[in-house]
Amino acid sequence: MIKFENVTKKYGDLTVVDNLTLEVDKGNLVALIGASGCGKTTTLKMVNRIIEPTSGNIFVNEENILRQDPVQLRRGIGYVIQQIGLFPNMTIAENITVVGKLLSWNKAHSRERAEELLHMVEMDPALYMNRYPNELSGGQQQRIGVLRALATDPEIILMDEPFGALDPITREQLQNEFINLQTRLHKTILFVTHDMDEAIKMADSIVLMRDGKIVQAAAAEEMLRNPADDYVASFIGMDRRLRSPDEVLVEEIMIPDPVTIESSRGLAEAQERMRKRRVDSLMVVDQNGVLVGIITIKDIQRNMAKGSRISDIVNSAPTFVLEGASVREAVYAMSQEGIGYLPVVDDKQRLKGLITRSSLVSVLSDVLWNSPDNGVENPEKEAVEGESR
Amino acid sequence: MTVSLPFGLAVLTGKSIFIQVYDVIANNPQGFLTALGEHVFFLVFIPVMLAILIAVPLGVLATRKPFLERIFLGFVNILQTIPSLALFVLLIVIGFGIGTRPAIIALFLYSLLPILRNTVVGIKGVDPFLKEAALGMGMTGWQRLRMVELPLAFRVIMGGIRTSAVICIGTGTIAAYIGAGGLGQYIVRGLAFYSNGLLLAGAIPATLLALLTDFLLGRFERTVTPRGLRVEAAKNRSKS
Repeated sequence: MIKFENVTKKYGDLTVVDNLTLEVDKGNLVALIGASGCGKTTTLKMVNRIIEPTSGNIFVNEENILRQDPVQLRRGIGYVIQQIGLFPNMTIAENITVVGKLLSWNKAHSRERAEELLHMVEMDPALYMNRYPNELSGGQQQRIGVLRALATDPEIILMDEPFGALDPITREQLQNEFINLQTRLHKTILFVTHDMDEAIKMADSIVLMRDGKIVQAAAAEEMLRNPADDYVASFIGMDRRLRSPDEVLVEEIMIPDPVTIESSRGLAEAQERMRKRRVDSLMVVDQNGVLVGIITIKDIQRNMAKGSRISDIVNSAPTFVLEGASVREAVYAMSQEGIGYLPVVDDKQRLKGLITRSSLVSVLSDVLWNSPDNGVENPEKEAVEGESR
Repeated sequence: MTVSLPFGLAVLTGKSIFIQVYDVIANNPQGFLTALGEHVFFLVFIPVMLAILIAVPLGVLATRKPFLERIFLGFVNILQTIPSLALFVLLIVIGFGIGTRPAIIALFLYSLLPILRNTVVGIKGVDPFLKEAALGMGMTGWQRLRMVELPLAFRVIMGGIRTSAVICIGTGTIAAYIGAGGLGQYIVRGLAFYSNGLLLAGAIPATLLALLTDFLLGRFERTVTPRGLRVEAAKNRSKS
């Protein structure tokens, strides 16, 4: 449907898009993603010739667009931009059907089409048709921006970070609405984003770009399972990758600073520390930080009378895992021993961290089952880099 | 009888200055109305209309070709620096004769700058992403101008037209020196005869005319501006 063939765009000596070849199949939503300046927006804007390629060819429907009249080409391609770009001097109805006006639709047809489209996003035409863009909220405005792109029912829609300027809640609403629309309409969509969560959520396949080149083009699932290289992996982020429990290391999921106490201390002090830190057990270490054992509140209560030092009552030879061990091994050890805590140590048995049942559950559910369908929201990760357009 | 300094002449002649002005006008109301009509039509309406017809298209052209912007704005800027009397005389010298014709030409030239500059500023001030959206929708250059850029620049261009009209009303009074008629005739005669009554019979109506014109053009501007832009203006005001 859209085909890039050895497309290069240079500004002077600066190569923004470097010999790019890419095909977007009919009915697919392909996300172009990458850091600022990777050439993703330039790539998008070459499809409707807002930007002209320096060399190479771009085909839409098997036709070379560089040989077409750009004005006619653009009227046949939907276009949604981050800044929304509704015309403030036109009503909502006029904005939606602006391309129709360029194609000399009659008024009745324009009205009907605007009403029909407003119904699709559940905005009451009677209420909104005659309003002006600045009388609408940002989310409503971008809904209109999307409807404007759909108005002439084009086969192809270009979207340049369409939801990037919206607040996170509105963005998610619009993403969901758009996914619903897309399942009904099956448009061929090229979609620029810098938000990996958005790409995973919306795209049939993801094209990750860097320095004007494609680093990896694959379905979201495939990219998450098998990132092509370290750059892809780092762009995706550790916590999003789909990995088997053998691949996830305990050091990634352990609590790094467990509450410890030296074995030479007294029981009363241990009890006090538990109270202060609100824990019911302490990792007992010697003066070199080497794990000696674990002491729980019950141990202390039972032995308060007997001894006064932790070293007298601590159960020696605790179960532990090495920091390089996989989560699978940790889970196995915990279930075999029937324990809720598992200290993590290095090769000299110095305490490095602690795995608890709850940390296992929360981290495993994220790591193992964080697929596009039931993606666990991770607000800190929403902007991979603070890019503005 | 109290003597107040600003009205020294009135004290001498024994009449309040306003009564003198009234006398001048009431003495020959027909003459006053003719002068006012000449002023409004020949010294304001025609030069400003001509300037709109020339400056708006040139302004649009200037936004398309940056080198033209420098040439056009440079030219009208130079025009603006020529003292009005000198320009009138210059036009007479280069063969436009005396009377209304050179006055219209001079006032037209003075009206160019505000309108041209505001057209350029107004169109350049349209958000770049609106231009991109217009381009992306498949508008031709002409459609973009007509449907997006001119409507959005309208208020700014109107501002230039208001300035031009006010400049013409003021400078138009000087045109009486080259026989162009208008309210300036009272001022010229008043100066010649040391008559404050005559002088103010030209100056006060000219001032009121300037205020009224600016007010009416402002009303017109607000009426014609689409609601979407009016609301925006209201929002911007409340923000600042």
